[in-house]
Amino acid sequence: MKNNIERHVLAVLVDNEPGVLARVVGLFSGRGYNIESLTVATVSEDDSSSRINVVTSGTPMIIEQIKAQLERLVPVQEVNDLTAEGPHVEHEFILIKITNTGPERLEALRIADIFRARVVDTAVDSFVFSINGSPEKIESFLELMRNLGMVEIARSGVVAIKRGEKRIDND
Amino acid sequence: MSENRMSGAEIVIKALADQGVEVIFGYPGGAVLPLYDAIFKQNRVKHILVRHEQGAVHMAEGYARSTGKTGVVLVTSGPGATNAVTGLTDALMDSVPLICLTGQVPTHLIGNDAFQEADTTGITRPCTKHNYLVKDVADLPSVMHEAFYIAASGRPGPVVIDLPKDVQFAEGEYIGPEKVEQRHYQPQKTGDPQSIKEAVDLIAKAKRPIFYIGGGCINSGIASCRAVTELVKLTGYPATTTLMGLGAIPSSSPQWLGMLGMHGTYEANLAMHGCDVMIAVGARFDDRVTGRIDAFSPGSKKIHIDIDPSSINKNVAVDIPIIGDIGSVISQMLDVWKKKSPKIDGKAIENWWKQLDEWRSVDCLQYEQGSSPKDSIKPQYAIQRLYELTKDRETFITTEVGQHQMWAAQFYKFEEPNHWMTSGGLGTMGYGLPAAIGVQVAHPDKLVVDIAGEGSTMMNIQELGTMAQYNLPVKVFIINNEWLGMVRQWQELLHGGRYAESYSAGLPDFIKLAESYGMTGLRATQPDQVDSVIAQMLETPGPVIVDMVVSKEENCLPMIPGGAAHNEILLGLNEHEEQTQSEDGMVLV
Repeated sequence: MKNNIERHVLAVLVDNEPGVLARVVGLFSGRGYNIESLTVATVSEDDSSSRINVVTSGTPMIIEQIKAQLERLVPVQEVNDLTAEGPHVEHEFILIKITNTGPERLEALRIADIFRARVVDTAVDSFVFSINGSPEKIESFLELMRNLGMVEIARSGVVAIKRGEKRIDND
Repeated sequence: MSENRMSGAEIVIKALADQGVEVIFGYPGGAVLPLYDAIFKQNRVKHILVRHEQGAVHMAEGYARSTGKTGVVLVTSGPGATNAVTGLTDALMDSVPLICLTGQVPTHLIGNDAFQEADTTGITRPCTKHNYLVKDVADLPSVMHEAFYIAASGRPGPVVIDLPKDVQFAEGEYIGPEKVEQRHYQPQKTGDPQSIKEAVDLIAKAKRPIFYIGGGCINSGIASCRAVTELVKLTGYPATTTLMGLGAIPSSSPQWLGMLGMHGTYEANLAMHGCDVMIAVGARFDDRVTGRIDAFSPGSKKIHIDIDPSSINKNVAVDIPIIGDIGSVISQMLDVWKKKSPKIDGKAIENWWKQLDEWRSVDCLQYEQGSSPKDSIKPQYAIQRLYELTKDRETFITTEVGQHQMWAAQFYKFEEPNHWMTSGGLGTMGYGLPAAIGVQVAHPDKLVVDIAGEGSTMMNIQELGTMAQYNLPVKVFIINNEWLGMVRQWQELLHGGRYAESYSAGLPDFIKLAESYGMTGLRATQPDQVDSVIAQMLETPGPVIVDMVVSKEENCLPMIPGGAAHNEILLGLNEHEEQTQSEDGMVLV
């Protein structure tokens, strides 16, 4: 039973009030759940709601627990398990810095072009690229850049949304 | 100026009064002076001055659990709030509805490491159901009323409201409870009808059923306990209750098998292990109850009724989960049952009862009480006599934590809910004395007994001062074996009898201690003194401390050792001698 670890993307809609992120994060650390990535920002017009996108992993029983425990928090409006609820799009945004010279510099630029990464800063011996896309695409880009002088990464963490007309707050 | 304009402190006290609060437990300090001033100027809400903030929270718990109302605590900032943390955690674990008002330094000083500042909402976040820091007096009325709703609805729990001193002074508009809107927090009350039908079918077809009844039943209210009792009676099936569920169904019911779990009865634990249908009602499959989880009731289909979705499938996977309030769900089940009047498998149920009676005949709680003056008093005997001599009047029992707690659970019988207050989830030593004070405040004319151990009771012994101040006639019934008995028992069982630091040295003379507070102190050292000391205790109108000097090395049995399954229950410790505890079991608490 310990082996069937699943990765789930949760979209948690919360009241935008002080301490709400601490409640969510504290719940994960206090109960020993995993957080692979987490993003949070306000999403409603009047700033009253925020959306927390969290990627977590665990056995199906643990995933059920995580959702039930999140729903128990008073400022949590709803918890949506995008992984369980059907097709969805996952996206991540990253900035990476590489320092190199000569042919490696050219190679980095060529690969960035293939991945449609953008150059957002250039110096004599460094680049900063920005790239967005699915976590798989990001991973393969990083894999290639690792040998080309990659020295720093800033990642947004995964944000995700359902495909099609379905929304998280009306189904 | 409108009559609804008032200071923040007055808003707090008015909100308490409008929520029906009659009494609060607290301790003053710099950051709550405006609140104390507001209390001074009114007489709708009474204040009980405690001796330590932990005591205040346990008193509020005792008050809440014996009345079904929400308990209220008022403490100052910093150490006042941190001292309350153990009590809050206790209330969270045992689902007790509480409001804890904490003072806070003025808003402009928050984060400055000001005098008596603590990050109260940060510290109490994991040990409350919800908490608030009120930075604007305009938010205060709605926060107060919402807090009461959250504390008492769904699965109840403690709520902290942190009140900076400038907010207590600031003037604002009071809004009554009827005008405050609830937000999206709305626990589900009625159960899913389809699941209820399936559950009734499964219950009707059972061959070896058992009801497993927990504290959620009692939290749901007296009517819910009556409904559960009716369902148990209607089916004729056996029922066991958890430590927290004692009193949910009458102990006099022939269908009651006693408490289950680590120190539960032989028959209850074997019935849980051997059943084919388990009906869990407001119980949460706690590790004290289940024993080794992968060997827990292996052959059964499980129905689980609980208001808290996170309690379902947490420790044990169940077949039919029903989310809802026990009272509503059981009434729905009763309706379906009565409409269908299903035919149960009479033959199988008869055989099941034959088996249960066989297990019962083992008489797992037996002990030997010698009757000569040289014989020591057995702790079980002391509690059994206390029960026999008090059962004909309405009696409230609280306990501390340890062996005496388990013996009290085994030997004191309850006919009604809300008469048994014990720290189940957190196992807080020092709970019983303040809890008894809270119960006595709620029921001034009733008999309230704290069945205590000499170790635990020392943990909040300062509350004797509170008892003395209000002349509360609590009876502190100390089962004194001069050991931290449960620690000693585990050391005997698991650590080769190396009794590290478990001896209660340096104890006070409890009679003199009682007298120093102007109370009555009594002592029994021989079996033939037990009845007369209890009688004297009952005849004394004021507070009493009884020092029941009992045999020192009695073990609490039966016992399911850590990491063992229900069917590995021990009736005596000798039968365990040859076995060695598994390593997995050793690390369990």
